[in-house]
Amino acid sequence: MNGQGGTLGRVLDLVPSSVMIGVFFVVPFVLILLTSFSVETETGDYALGFSLAHFERFATWFYIERALFSAGLCALIALLSLLIAFPFTYLLTRFGPRTQTLWLIYILAQLSLSEVLIAFSWQILLSRTGGVANILVWVGLAEKSFAMAPSAGAVLAALVYLAVPFSVLLLYPAISRMDKALTEASRTLGASPLRSFFTVVIPVTRPAIISSGVTIFVLTLGAIIVPQVLGKPEHWTLSVLITDQAIFNFNMPFASALAVVLLIISASVIFAVSKFGGGRRT
Amino acid sequence: MSGLIIEGVTKKFGTLTAVEDVNLEFTAGEMICFLGPSGCGKTTLLRMIAGLEEPTDGAIRFDGRDLTNVPVHKRDIGMVFQSFALFPHLSVGENITYSMRIRGHSRSEREARAKELLDMMRLPGVEDRSISQLSGGQRQRVAIARALALNPQIFLLDEPMSALDANLREAMQIELRKLQQELGITTVVVTHDQTEAMTMADEIVVMGRARVLQSGSPMDIYKKPVDKFVAGFIGTSNLFPATMAAPDRVRVGDAELSVANRAGDFATGEDVLLMTRPEEVFVRPASAERPANAVEGRVSFVRDIGATIEILVDCGGHEVISVLTPKDWPDVATGDAVTVEMPASACSVLAA
Repeated sequence: MNGQGGTLGRVLDLVPSSVMIGVFFVVPFVLILLTSFSVETETGDYALGFSLAHFERFATWFYIERALFSAGLCALIALLSLLIAFPFTYLLTRFGPRTQTLWLIYILAQLSLSEVLIAFSWQILLSRTGGVANILVWVGLAEKSFAMAPSAGAVLAALVYLAVPFSVLLLYPAISRMDKALTEASRTLGASPLRSFFTVVIPVTRPAIISSGVTIFVLTLGAIIVPQVLGKPEHWTLSVLITDQAIFNFNMPFASALAVVLLIISASVIFAVSKFGGGRRT
Repeated sequence: MSGLIIEGVTKKFGTLTAVEDVNLEFTAGEMICFLGPSGCGKTTLLRMIAGLEEPTDGAIRFDGRDLTNVPVHKRDIGMVFQSFALFPHLSVGENITYSMRIRGHSRSEREARAKELLDMMRLPGVEDRSISQLSGGQRQRVAIARALALNPQIFLLDEPMSALDANLREAMQIELRKLQQELGITTVVVTHDQTEAMTMADEIVVMGRARVLQSGSPMDIYKKPVDKFVAGFIGTSNLFPATMAAPDRVRVGDAELSVANRAGDFATGEDVLLMTRPEEVFVRPASAERPANAVEGRVSFVRDIGATIEILVDCGGHEVISVLTPKDWPDVATGDAVTVEMPASACSVLAA
């Protein structure tokens, strides 16, 4: 089918996916963009127009600080999940195919857990009555049980938990495809196992590490349940504020403006990383 | 003794024995080929010399030093892998001087050495290229240069020619042998190609089913194989079922032949195999004077490929191949009755 029908055939092949992207991505995005620039009418309603009022409202320290906090939090989550997922995946690829398959099925199954379920499970896990603090008391590390959530640590832990399976699945193809002789070669050339890991394994799988990190960053930037359930208001991310504005304050134009800002942050991170971080030697 | 010594080395992977009780001794500066079919344990043995596998039993020594428990990166070896295993994230020059960077040599030292090695490998000026820009033959040269950067004591190559095409392979065999002789470095090559082993080696170790079947100089192994497996693996051989008629004579059908070489002791009356090499047997028309050590047969096929002529003779149900040069052409055609002369010095007795 492909290639046989010439240019026209190839153009026709693109129609279904173009329609899908148009209907489900471009149209909603244009609507958000229009809403974010809309003007307030006398009745308190909003009408089409061009006003930067909502963006001006964003440009206050409160919202800028929230945006920086969100970006920082998500970057930290991306880093932590890579620190956990990379050694795990690397060790996993050294096992037999059967063990690898079982682990991958388990990790895929974990992806079926929704953010809501994970958030509430962690809430129980970190609570005063039923949580891990009781274990600390039992071991003798704490005098009496205490609640670990809401806190910044709780938000971080739950989001890292959410992100690790994605990191593993994104790293797995590159790490398992890497020629095992490469590490052996570096060993015969005088590198200790640790040296070999940092001078060969990490650089060779760098493109996968970077794309995994960016994916986790963008993914957790969109998380709205975990920061609300496990965090105090000062741990809320931009996404939570957007939900807040849209659902509780009925301020669609401002929610849209925040969404546009969020999108700009995501897009610039992806752009910056692909431009400077993912550059491959030619 | 200062060479490479392999002492009672055994390697088991679970219930599978990959290498069983191997004992070998080589002089320093020699080129050694481990030759055998796939799965015979030759690569495992090489990897144990490198330190990439740990022997289940036995010891490996070099220059009086016990290497058995020395980790790979402290063994002072250079190894060329079957896939070459060049680092894709480094340039050609950086690949070659990787080991020098690990040891902390300065940039200027590294650059000078990379240039020197590339000149030696006849690949000048490619330091800054990426690995993906190199052809298979160039990659092999870079892999060899990388392994030799720090002048290791032992040079190991695992099927180094298997990724090259046939023409290049033959040229590289000669080049590698010359390089090895020039450097005088103790070298072990793993191969399944007998021509490659015969071209390069001082010493060939024929392996089969996890064991060493025979080791010796290429000509020793070619002329005096210990059994029919070795005889069949190195070169082409003619095998006849025979019976020992006397300590130095065998009976083949109606004919009795004297033999000069025998592998092991055989009692008179014992069933054995008579082996000859195709270039040492001579075909004559039946009408000519009958030579002493000969059997009768009929020509079943003549293959004339210009440089050599192969005559296939059916001798009572067993096929004998005689390879001749055109000047020795006995003037026989398919269907002719002939005698096949097998001089005593060309005849070997092997266990049946």
